[in-house]
Amino acid sequence: MSKDKPEYLINRKDNQYEVVIGLEVHAQVTSESKLFSTSSTKFGAEPNTQVSLVDAAFPGMLPVINEFCVKQAIKTGIGLKAKINKRSVFDRKNYFYADLPQGYQISQFKDPIVGEGKVILDMPDGQKEVGIERLHLEQDAGKSIHDLDPKNTFVDLNRSGVALMEIVSKPDLRSPDEVNAYVKKLRSIMRYLGTCDGNMQEGSLRADVNVSVRRKGTKDFGTRCEIKNVNSIKFMQMAIEYEANRQVDLIEDGQSIDQETRLFDIKKNETRSMRSKEDAHDYRYFPDPDLLPLEVSDDFIEKLKLEIPELPDEKKKRFIEKFKVSPYEATILVSDNETSNYFENVIKKSDVKLATNWIIGELFAALNEKNLEITESPISAGNLSKLINLIKDGTISGKMAKTVFEHMMEGDKDPKKIVEEKGLKQESDPKALEKLIDKVIDDNREKATEYKSGKVKLFGFFVGQVMKVSGGKANPQLVNEILKKKL
Amino acid sequence: MSDITKQSLSELIKNIKDKKLSSTEVTKAFVERSENSKDLNAYVTEDFSAAIDKAKKFDENPNLDLKLPGIPMAVKDLFCTKNVKTTAGSKILNNFIPTYESTVTQNIWNEGAILLGKLNCDEFAMGSSNETSFFGCVQNPIDKDLVPGGSSGGSSSAVAAQLTPITIGTDTGGSIRQPASFTGIVGLKPTYGSCSRYGIVAFASSLDQAGPMAQNVKDCALLHEVISSYDEKDSTSIDFKRNKYSKELTNNIKGKKIGIPKEYRVDGMPKEIEDLWKKGIDYVKDCGAEIIDISLPHTNYALPTYYIVAPAEASSNLARYDGVKYGFRADGENLIDMYEKTRSEGFGAEVQRRIMIGTYVLSSGYYDAYYLKAQKVRKLIKNDFDEAYKKVDAILTPSTPSSAFKIGEKTNDPVSMYLNDIFTVPVNLAGLPGISIPAGHDAKGYPLGLQIIGKAFDEQNILNIAYAMEEKINFKNKITDWWIK
Repeated sequence: MSKDKPEYLINRKDNQYEVVIGLEVHAQVTSESKLFSTSSTKFGAEPNTQVSLVDAAFPGMLPVINEFCVKQAIKTGIGLKAKINKRSVFDRKNYFYADLPQGYQISQFKDPIVGEGKVILDMPDGQKEVGIERLHLEQDAGKSIHDLDPKNTFVDLNRSGVALMEIVSKPDLRSPDEVNAYVKKLRSIMRYLGTCDGNMQEGSLRADVNVSVRRKGTKDFGTRCEIKNVNSIKFMQMAIEYEANRQVDLIEDGQSIDQETRLFDIKKNETRSMRSKEDAHDYRYFPDPDLLPLEVSDDFIEKLKLEIPELPDEKKKRFIEKFKVSPYEATILVSDNETSNYFENVIKKSDVKLATNWIIGELFAALNEKNLEITESPISAGNLSKLINLIKDGTISGKMAKTVFEHMMEGDKDPKKIVEEKGLKQESDPKALEKLIDKVIDDNREKATEYKSGKVKLFGFFVGQVMKVSGGKANPQLVNEILKKKL
Repeated sequence: MSDITKQSLSELIKNIKDKKLSSTEVTKAFVERSENSKDLNAYVTEDFSAAIDKAKKFDENPNLDLKLPGIPMAVKDLFCTKNVKTTAGSKILNNFIPTYESTVTQNIWNEGAILLGKLNCDEFAMGSSNETSFFGCVQNPIDKDLVPGGSSGGSSSAVAAQLTPITIGTDTGGSIRQPASFTGIVGLKPTYGSCSRYGIVAFASSLDQAGPMAQNVKDCALLHEVISSYDEKDSTSIDFKRNKYSKELTNNIKGKKIGIPKEYRVDGMPKEIEDLWKKGIDYVKDCGAEIIDISLPHTNYALPTYYIVAPAEASSNLARYDGVKYGFRADGENLIDMYEKTRSEGFGAEVQRRIMIGTYVLSSGYYDAYYLKAQKVRKLIKNDFDEAYKKVDAILTPSTPSSAFKIGEKTNDPVSMYLNDIFTVPVNLAGLPGISIPAGHDAKGYPLGLQIIGKAFDEQNILNIAYAMEEKINFKNKITDWWIK
């Protein structure tokens, strides 16, 4: 790692400040049913249609742990290279709110299911390790809707009781860019594992962001503020930027920072105080007496380890070693499971180098433009593979390939058919090319003489003429070779 | 048969099976007596006409292989019953009609029994006299203006007054055994995890347990056999091999070792309780059991421990009654105001007191000193029993430190009310089974009970001991029907 890596610092007069960030990511567990009930977790259903008696906290209703969610949490823990706690405890976090039917959230406070782990970030200047403090399982609350009626608040309990994993990082992050890389990496790992779909629009992934600042070179942490419930990476970065500057300004102004919970206002791009430390809730955590401590055996954990797929870090290593792609390319290719699968499918029958360039270059740009995921790509891996082979065997030029690619993006057509239909086939027959070239030389006798007498610059003119006469179909490489001979 | 309601459960079952009585006749008899007994205020909700209809239906096609064929019974109003109002004795649930059935009551209906109605109880089972009920005090059929005990006061009163042949109660700190003792009937608090808590309005989850109440031990054993089942819907339900408690019931307890804990000789215990206990010791000796003195050294700490753990859990369990989803709601200016008004008007004084105690002991800064410490003491209390059970098979104690008291006598003195649970509370804290049987009368002619505490899952053993003692005691409840005009 280079020593002069670009630090993210906030400069004021003579002082430089470092920003210290820790994230509490709330990731919705991918699961058919909720953490303690059998209701569906499907997104987008009509309000209050996925609510059981347990979710709505009817008298005498009891929670029963969903074993699948426990497995998902443990798998995630394994993916984070973390310690799996064989005994964990569900606690009640008590507070009143209209969308919290029980009057408490079942969470894990003192004894989480997953302990310390780590996540490796690939930053432009090298790798960085971010510590994971813990991961615990908890219930989501319902949703209060304040803007449907001038006087009343509506409550939708579809989300009430959905399983969340709260993943708490150590305060190891130092810049908005690192936060970006961290959340993306975390999401990538969970998507590989199939434990969280990472869909931020649907609220499957959101974070509380802890921010503090300190003078560069000092060891002690500053007083931190927690920015609650930020639901996009961009907003996290904006919030951190604003909040760090706000704190620095306070310090520069000789004021102190109050430990408090803040909200990020996306419209105004600023954070606002929500409640101070003094007003902090006393959640009266205590072990939920309706649930026994959660105990898992070594055997249970070992069996789950067998279900863990190759994860991004390992896959990246393999891609570099086996396919000789660059670390930069590998990072992009393994960023999600679907991309790496696509890549591996393309290179089954085609050139790795070309495939890498086409995927990272043309394909990503085209998908981006259409706002499509790789899984929604109009061009299948098989057809991209065919296209690459058409380039490789000289049937079409790289330039032609781009035209074919554009047609392919309009619908998943076989590139060979497109080449035939549009007459895009490259002229690679040497005899046919010789004829063409002879004619071009004939038509430009004077220029040919000039060339022979030393005006070598004119070579380009002849290539251009041949391509023009051929309607752009002549194989440029062959044209070069033959022209050199003929002239 | 005019004396139908005087028959025990076993007699009624036999008469129905022998076709000497129909379910309709039996049901009508209990309905009639219940209607004549409104002054006892044992019922919160009567479901009499539905009960008679169900009985008629049963008689059309009687399934006599069931354990409770066409037997009518009322249940404590803490059990959720589908389509029948369930109040937990509280204003806050006065309009609540469940769409579901508790596992315990479902087990009962599955065996052919018929719901008569819902019985009064202390609000959210918090009380020892049934005086905290929103629906008013219950009269003890033993004497006018005498409490029936609590929290299952409507249940004890109804069984003693023969408004129902049997019933079920719930016991968090003594709520089955103390009222059974006060009314001269039998009440069993099973091992924690024996009966499902699914569909029972929760008071203190780690202590609550449903159990049978009956006129005699045999009926109690049969009802326990019906209600005890493993239930996946309750994570604290335990999957152990359950006995056929009524079939395996025996009065042969020869050679059983019965422990007498010295710490239960509390200061100021009335002489008649002391004498009753001595008599009890003589009875078990007569049955061929061996008496062994034991020590349960942390007994003194049981009551304070209980009054930390139970309110702590209750304060959280009762948070759901907030006026948002169901039950009573008072109008408010905003959400917080609505919460405050709903809960201030919806909960009675004792419930509010316990919510406040519970909230306090769980608060940050107090948690370690109260709740955490109480949990540690609870473990010590359980260890006491574990030690004792290395030497003995069961433990014999009085059920209560006194006989039933007058309505209003202790309402202004919560601590003296709490002291009523002194012999029953340690059993809940340790999760053990305990049974109270009527064993004699005090000078006023009020019944007194003895408690037999067993090892976990050893209900059969304490039922057997109770059965053997019952035979020797030959208790007769003195009930004059004073309330029937």
